[in-house]
Amino acid sequence: MTNDTVKQALRDLFPDPEPVVEEPVAEAPAEGEEEKKPAKKKEEPRPNGVIERDHAEHGYDIDVQCEPGELLAAVMIIDKAGFFLESITGVDWIKEDQLESVYDFSRYDFDTCRVVIRTRTPRSEPNIPTISKIYPGASWHERETHDFFGIKFEGHPHLIPLLLPEDADFHPLLKDFKP
Amino acid sequence: MSGPIQIRSDETFTLNVGPQHPATHGVLRVKMQMDGEYIVKAETVLGYIHRMHELMGENRTYPQVLPNLSRLDYLGALGYTHGHVLAVERAAGIEVPERAEYIRAITVELNRVASHLFWFGAFVMDLGGFTPLMYAIQDREHILDMLEAVTGSRLTYCYYRFGGLYNDVDDDFIAAARAFLPRMRKSLKKYDALVTGNIIFRKRLEDIGPISAEMCRKYGATGPVARGAGIDFDVRKNEPYSVYPEFDFDVPVYHECDSLARYKVRMDEMEQSLRIIEQGLDKLPDGPIMPKKKPKLIKPPKGDYYQAVETARGSFGIRIVSDGTKNAYRFKLRSPTYSNMSLFDEACEGMMIMDALAMMGSLDLVIPEIDR
Repeated sequence: MTNDTVKQALRDLFPDPEPVVEEPVAEAPAEGEEEKKPAKKKEEPRPNGVIERDHAEHGYDIDVQCEPGELLAAVMIIDKAGFFLESITGVDWIKEDQLESVYDFSRYDFDTCRVVIRTRTPRSEPNIPTISKIYPGASWHERETHDFFGIKFEGHPHLIPLLLPEDADFHPLLKDFKP
Repeated sequence: MSGPIQIRSDETFTLNVGPQHPATHGVLRVKMQMDGEYIVKAETVLGYIHRMHELMGENRTYPQVLPNLSRLDYLGALGYTHGHVLAVERAAGIEVPERAEYIRAITVELNRVASHLFWFGAFVMDLGGFTPLMYAIQDREHILDMLEAVTGSRLTYCYYRFGGLYNDVDDDFIAAARAFLPRMRKSLKKYDALVTGNIIFRKRLEDIGPISAEMCRKYGATGPVARGAGIDFDVRKNEPYSVYPEFDFDVPVYHECDSLARYKVRMDEMEQSLRIIEQGLDKLPDGPIMPKKKPKLIKPPKGDYYQAVETARGSFGIRIVSDGTKNAYRFKLRSPTYSNMSLFDEACEGMMIMDALAMMGSLDLVIPEIDR
């Protein structure tokens, strides 16, 4: 489905230091700079970088994982390539003591190319820079993710509850949430 | 007319549209700061009908979540359940027999026409014309009757199963669908003559409520909103799923970016849906509606799966993060109107309130689907 040229262009968008890993299973060691932040090492964590996925199997083509600090740079590249923002959400990896924030981007033209950008942050201090300055539409998505997971999007102009009541102080999608 | 605010006084006041207001078609609230008739700033307040479907998706098994999906959007429910079954089929690797795929496409398109019909009636009523709603509901009634006969419900369908369908269609359904097509085509002509050329209607919509292609991109707008802004984007074409590649249909696109363009897109889309239904009925193969081999307990392998479908309102996405158990680890619903509505705050700045409400109508909002 996906046009190879788009894929190649995207691979070029994420040059070093992130290595291109062809097989999702094969764990290529990331270069030193990426590895600095020590992820919890019980199960071998996925290294940062770009992974190509089979669209038929997963529903997206490019899977990027980066540090919160690199997020803005990655999103700016995506923005320049003409992608639109599909959604932002979170995943609570309680076993690894991490919160993941997932960004989906897609394109309007025929070359389907869904790009997923993930970034992980420790559960105790879930801080991720906001991308609402690049994509204003991210504002609602980030507020929703803040509602559900308590991820703080630094620099967000209006980070108040969107879907939950205005005085809500709980985050229902955290795995240790008790109603 | 829209455009920059002509007269600016120092005095502004706050106006609450909603949460109980006929123009918002549900419990949506927009806090507007007004300067006379002009909107200075608007802030949408959501959450009045938030039910946390995503948490329910984690607490229940995959089949148990199925009825939840049709509670998202009560006007085009089949499209959403379609998304869910496709996502789980993708994750768990379940094959779907061809007949089931065709019946799904036919019923989804019927549901799309029903949804657009109701929108058409309600939209024209927003603008002050009451009669078209009656016509539209009459036509929609035929569709609901047909769907009720096969699915067992009129609005909140739970018709699709993982791998197939709950119930096969009978000859009555096929005959009714065939009879429906010419009737609906006649009705579309009637609507066109009755409404599209109406001078009052056009004056309320033409060049009003501009939503540019760039704005759509920044906010992630999809569906008729994007297609009214000249973006040729339809998930059925761009990221084909089910049997849509087998059908010959066009994606209507208008470049005017105004409320009228979004109206025209939906009116043209009904005709395209009828074409799909017609081809589906012609090609409908015989065979089973459920696969021979299907896992008793659905446990998708570990992983992260995304499935997008084109519903009546735009691109609806489901993300399933599976940890290999019978419940989803994470169940994310990307609803199209959520993104479409998020641009409203910016788009309506400087507009007159009546124009803004007309634009809101042209976005085709279904509030339970925004709030989930």
